[in-house]
Amino acid sequence: MSALTVPLATIPERPVNGVALTVVIVLFVLVAVLGFFAARWRAGKETGLHSLDEWGLGGRGFGTWVTWFLLGGDLYTAYTFVAVPAAMWATGAVSGFFAVPYTIVLYPIVFLLMSRLWSVSHRHGFVTPADFVGGRYGSRPLTIAVAVTGIVATMPYIALQLVGIKAVLTVLGLGSAQNALLTDLPLIIAFVVLAAYTYTSGLRAPALIAVVKDLLIYLAVIVAIIYLPIKFGGWDNIFGAAQTKLDAVNPATGKAAGVFIPGAASYSAYWTLAIGSALALFMYPHSVTGVLATKSRNTIRKNAAVLPLYSLMLGFLALLGYAAIYAGTKPIDLNGAVNPQLVVPQLFLDHFPAWFAGIALAAIAIGALVPAAIMSIAAANLFTRNIYRDLIRPDADPKQEAKVSKIASLVVKFGALIFVIAMDQSAAINMQLLGGIWILQTFPSIVAGLYTRWFHRWALFVGWAVGIIYGTVAAYNVVNPVTKANFGGSIAAIPGTNVQVYIAVAAFALNLIVAVVLSLVFRAMKLPDGKDITRESDYGADENDPKVAELEREYPFTGTGGANL
Amino acid sequence: MSTPDLPTRGPARPGPYIISGILLAIAIVVPLFVPAYSIDKPRLAGMPFFYWYQMLWVPVTAVMIGIAYRLVSKEDRRRRDEVKGARTPEEES
Repeated sequence: MSALTVPLATIPERPVNGVALTVVIVLFVLVAVLGFFAARWRAGKETGLHSLDEWGLGGRGFGTWVTWFLLGGDLYTAYTFVAVPAAMWATGAVSGFFAVPYTIVLYPIVFLLMSRLWSVSHRHGFVTPADFVGGRYGSRPLTIAVAVTGIVATMPYIALQLVGIKAVLTVLGLGSAQNALLTDLPLIIAFVVLAAYTYTSGLRAPALIAVVKDLLIYLAVIVAIIYLPIKFGGWDNIFGAAQTKLDAVNPATGKAAGVFIPGAASYSAYWTLAIGSALALFMYPHSVTGVLATKSRNTIRKNAAVLPLYSLMLGFLALLGYAAIYAGTKPIDLNGAVNPQLVVPQLFLDHFPAWFAGIALAAIAIGALVPAAIMSIAAANLFTRNIYRDLIRPDADPKQEAKVSKIASLVVKFGALIFVIAMDQSAAINMQLLGGIWILQTFPSIVAGLYTRWFHRWALFVGWAVGIIYGTVAAYNVVNPVTKANFGGSIAAIPGTNVQVYIAVAAFALNLIVAVVLSLVFRAMKLPDGKDITRESDYGADENDPKVAELEREYPFTGTGGANL
Repeated sequence: MSTPDLPTRGPARPGPYIISGILLAIAIVVPLFVPAYSIDKPRLAGMPFFYWYQMLWVPVTAVMIGIAYRLVSKEDRRRRDEVKGARTPEEES
């Protein structure tokens, strides 16, 4: 409740909206109670939460419904809800609406890849994508490369969830330009509560909270998408206003302010953004965590058919960015500058009764808590399994693993908090941009391994390194035409051409070429290939098939050093 | 490596996988083919073609994935039953 004292320090232009704030606080408290209660929900009887399977994967038993809410809450984050309409509002279709084809092509890809990853992970008890890479290629450097990439790419993603909460708090009137600590206090309180229930309940907390969050967000978007066009006199008016704004020529650059409908020159940027983001999303550890928490091999496939409902909602939400153009929404930040990320929260506050705006804003804020929890769990699992266990304590038992992971999840979250409070917001956005480029470079190691052992482990490693270096340099060289800052965007020409593409895709192509060529070279050189502990049958295993540990009990090793699985 | 590789599934019949593969390929390629839809008209309820066409593909691909799910999970069950039927007597010995 100390949050209520903050408004005394605010600038008069942004008064506190008492009703909306109360609704947000009530819903936040409700969700926090739910988060702590989740520890008892379907908990394992004999073990409690004292293993990574229980704490970090929710007991590996989520069925279709829970998975739908969990992955919906996990993939469609608060930052997405804030940033996609913000991009539409500011620069139009190419940087905003690509989210629709992105989240369309995502699901066929998930359908193809993820049940194989589920099967092999179920069979061997893998918890992270790096676990699988380690089991498949027997290469420490490659495992650590995948694990570290996952952790580094996830950190700024968590930080951006905080940016989403911050947008909501700013619009509600909390915070002041003068007193930084008071501004951040509600954010800190929200995060401490989040950290506490994630610590006690593990993945069950975000799974349960996701149900509430998703229902709220569907409610908010459906109402807005019906009510606002009626109020504004139809979609004609909304698109008309958007076209006028985006086609207007900016005198500073001599170019149009944005893109209303992409011309031939932006085709390649548009579709590479979509496919690159789609390929990258399920390489993120938090997505894999959601997949591995499911009950059976085909749960994720069934979900691939029903998750697109969220994409439809995201598409409509994106169009709210255009509605805000028509409505003349003014997203003015505390320091008086225009901050596009405030567009959607401000739109709700301007055009709806305070209590309903409160529901919508709470949905966004709670929408930040779900992915932040899952991401911190996923990053903590990576640290525990692939750095702590593989490098420091190879004999760690499940109980120790759970303990380390719980603590690591706290460290990860406070790291993200400090990131957002101490550093400029644009630092988190730049890092997130780089994270998307980096995480796609783990695709060959993870995905190729699901189908074939043809690639050589060192070729994959070098390909990964080349992709990361190229992607980082290319992203650095993109200069914002207005501010002249580096990391000005994620689109660059393929070297030697004029074709504009998503940098991650160019880096990925380079990565793949290097991996193929070097695999041929290393095979010809007969470089040692590493031990593969997986078998063909593992990739089709389902929930009732025996796990590897059980198979080995049934068919004991004839050799001596058998216990190293 | 020391444990025998007991198959979890019998051999696949190609049919369901080919049909699913085609459906999924359509669901990936068509939404990415920008020249087909980067136009303004015809509008739908005031929405330019570019926007409503892409939104329309969301439910269309969902149905295609749903069909692929039906086909593949049915074949999956059949292959699994095949192995189970063949393995049970051996396991007793």
